[in-house]
Amino acid sequence: MARQAKFDEIEYYDHKALSAVDFRPPETGWMDTPVDMRPGTFIYPAKPRHLEYLGFPNPREWNPQDDDWKLPENWKEIIFKGMRERLDEYRSFRVFMDICVRCGACADKCHFFIGSGDPKNMPVLRAELIRSVYRNDFTTAGKILGKLAGAREVTIDVIKEWFYYFYQCTECRRCSVFCPYGIDTAEITMMARELLNLLGLNVNWIIEPVANCFRTGNHLGIQPHGLKDTLEFFADDIEEATGIKVDIPLNKKGAEILFVTPSGDFLADPGTFTCMGYMMLFHELGLDYTWSTYASEGGNFGLFTSHETIKRLNAKIYAEAKRLGVKWILGGECGHMWRVVNQYMDTVNGPADFLEVPRSPITGTVFENARSTKMVHITEFTADLIKHGKLKLDKSQNDHIRVTFHDSCNPARAMGILEEPRYILKHVCNHFYEMPENTIREQTFCCGGGAGLGTDENMEMRLRGGLPRGNAVQHVHERFGVNHLVAMCAIDRATLSTVCEYWAPEVRVAGIHELLANAMVMRGQKKRTLNLRLEPINGEEGDGDE
Amino acid sequence: MATFDVGDGRTLEIDEDGFIQDPTQWDEKVAEALAKTEGVDEMTEEHWKLVRYLNDYYHKYGVAPMIRKLCKETGFKLNKVYQLFPSGPAKGACKVAGLPKPTGCV
Repeated sequence: MARQAKFDEIEYYDHKALSAVDFRPPETGWMDTPVDMRPGTFIYPAKPRHLEYLGFPNPREWNPQDDDWKLPENWKEIIFKGMRERLDEYRSFRVFMDICVRCGACADKCHFFIGSGDPKNMPVLRAELIRSVYRNDFTTAGKILGKLAGAREVTIDVIKEWFYYFYQCTECRRCSVFCPYGIDTAEITMMARELLNLLGLNVNWIIEPVANCFRTGNHLGIQPHGLKDTLEFFADDIEEATGIKVDIPLNKKGAEILFVTPSGDFLADPGTFTCMGYMMLFHELGLDYTWSTYASEGGNFGLFTSHETIKRLNAKIYAEAKRLGVKWILGGECGHMWRVVNQYMDTVNGPADFLEVPRSPITGTVFENARSTKMVHITEFTADLIKHGKLKLDKSQNDHIRVTFHDSCNPARAMGILEEPRYILKHVCNHFYEMPENTIREQTFCCGGGAGLGTDENMEMRLRGGLPRGNAVQHVHERFGVNHLVAMCAIDRATLSTVCEYWAPEVRVAGIHELLANAMVMRGQKKRTLNLRLEPINGEEGDGDE
Repeated sequence: MATFDVGDGRTLEIDEDGFIQDPTQWDEKVAEALAKTEGVDEMTEEHWKLVRYLNDYYHKYGVAPMIRKLCKETGFKLNKVYQLFPSGPAKGACKVAGLPKPTGCV
C-alpha cells in the first residue's frame, strides 16, 4: 500500500492546486477576517525548556490551534510597554510606522503574496497589522478618529494575526527595494517578533537553534569533538576525490585568520560540499587560518528573535578572534549572517580595534570595505585570488553542468555582493545563465524559508513562498537546460533543495565553493575522476541515490 | 504536550512530530513502538543496524550525524534508508532511534 503523504511533505501538495493562486480577497474586510491557523502554514511553538535556558518570558506548552494561548494576564500592558520602549529606542520603527502612504508599490512584490494570494501577505497590509495598533494608542489622530484613521484596538485576535503573518515574512526586503519611502519591512517584522517574544510567542525552529547556539556555539548544537569529527570526515572524502590530505587547523592560537561559516555547512547536504570546498581552497593556498569550536556559527537566529539576542549570539565571534589572537576574520557562504555583520556587529559588539584591517596574505589586497568590521566575505576573498591569477582552475571539470545563480537576499540587498559570486562562477564553469532580471540581484526572490521559516511543518507556505523563485529556475531550465542552482547561503541550500524538487525537479542545488573546488587544480593531486559528491565527473550519472 | 503509549504501561512525552522528548527513556521496546508509527511493522536486523548507529552517535556527540556519514558507516545507500524508514533518515530513522529533530539551517 502506498504511504499517505503528510502535510509536512511535498508529495502532499497537488501541483495544479498550488499553482492556481486565488487572488480574490476575502468577502469580509481585513480587520474582520480572523486567522485560519491550518496545518502546513504555521510553525510549532518554542519548547519551554529552550525558553527557560535563554531566560525568555512565559515558557509553557501551547498550541496555536487552541483558543487559549496561555498569555500572561497583563499581556496588553506588556505589548504597550514594549511598543513604547521600541518607538523611543529605534527611530526607524517610529518613522516606518508614520510614513507609509499605502501606495501599494510593495503589494505584489512579496513572494508569499505572489504564492498565496492572501492580502495580509502584501507587505503594506502585513505592516498595517501592527501600524493599526500604533495609530490607535500612540497617535492623536488615531485616538480621536479611531477606525476612520485606520486604527484598531489590540485584542487577542490581533496578536494571533501578528503571530501568523510576522512568521510568514522572511525579512528578505524585496518589497523595500520598491518602496518609494524606503521602508524596511524586515525591521517592522523584527519589531513585531520582539513584541511577540515578550509574550512567549515564538517558534521552535528559531528558538531551539538560538538556545543551541548560546550553549554550544552553533545552531545545530554540535560540540567541539563533534565538529572535529565532522571536519575529519570531510577531509577523508577530499582525500578520496583528490588524493590530498588537507589540514584541519582547529582553535589555533596565533593564526592569521579566523574562519566562521554557518553550521548548516557541517551537517546538511549540499552545504557540506561547500564546506569541503573551503577546506581545499585554504589548504591549496597554505593559508594561516583556523576553525573555531566556540565561534562555530556564522548564522545568527537572533536576527529572527530580538536585537538583544543578535548581540548575545554574535558576541562570540569577536571574543574568539581576540582569544585566539587572529588579525582578521573571514566569513563563509551564509546569508543572514552578513546582514548582522554589516549592520549590527560593529555597533553592538565592536569596535574590534584589537584586529587589523583585513589584508589578503596571498595577493596583498586590503579590504577597505571591511575596515570597520574586520570581517571579509569569502567571495570577495576568492574573487580577488582569481583576479590576481593565484588559482589554477580547470573549468572543463564543470562542463557537464549548466549553472544559474540565486542571489541570497541578505548578501544581495543588505550588502550589495552581486558581482563577486558571478565573477567566481564564470571562472569555474563554462555554462552560466542568468534568471530573468526582475528575479535576480537587488530584485532577487527569496527561497521562501529564510528568517526561521524553513521547517517542514510550514511546508505549504514554503512551497507557496518558493513559487516565484522556483518558477524562474524552471524557466532557465527549460530555456537553457540549467541543471544547477548555486546559492551562497546555508538556508538557501537547504530550503531551495525542497523548492527545486517541487517547482524545478531537474535542478539541484550547490554552493559556490563546491564548484570552485571541483574546478581547482591542486598541487600534487591525483587525476580527478570524482567530484566532491564522489560522483564521476563529466556527465556520467551517479548511482541515483541522492 | 502530546503523549505516546509504548504498549507496556509506559507513556512518553512526544513533540508535534512524534519525537520523544527525553532521550534517556529510549530503549528497544520504545524503538519498536515508535517504528510502528512510522509504518515499520517489523524491525529487521537492517533497521536495528541503522537505529543503533544513530543512537550510539547521538550518545557520543549529542546531535544527529550527517546523512552522508550515516550512509558511509552503515553501508546503506540513501535510497535504502528510505526503504527501511519511508519518512527518511531525519524524520523516520532518527525518530525511532530516540533522537531529537535537527534544527537550524538544515
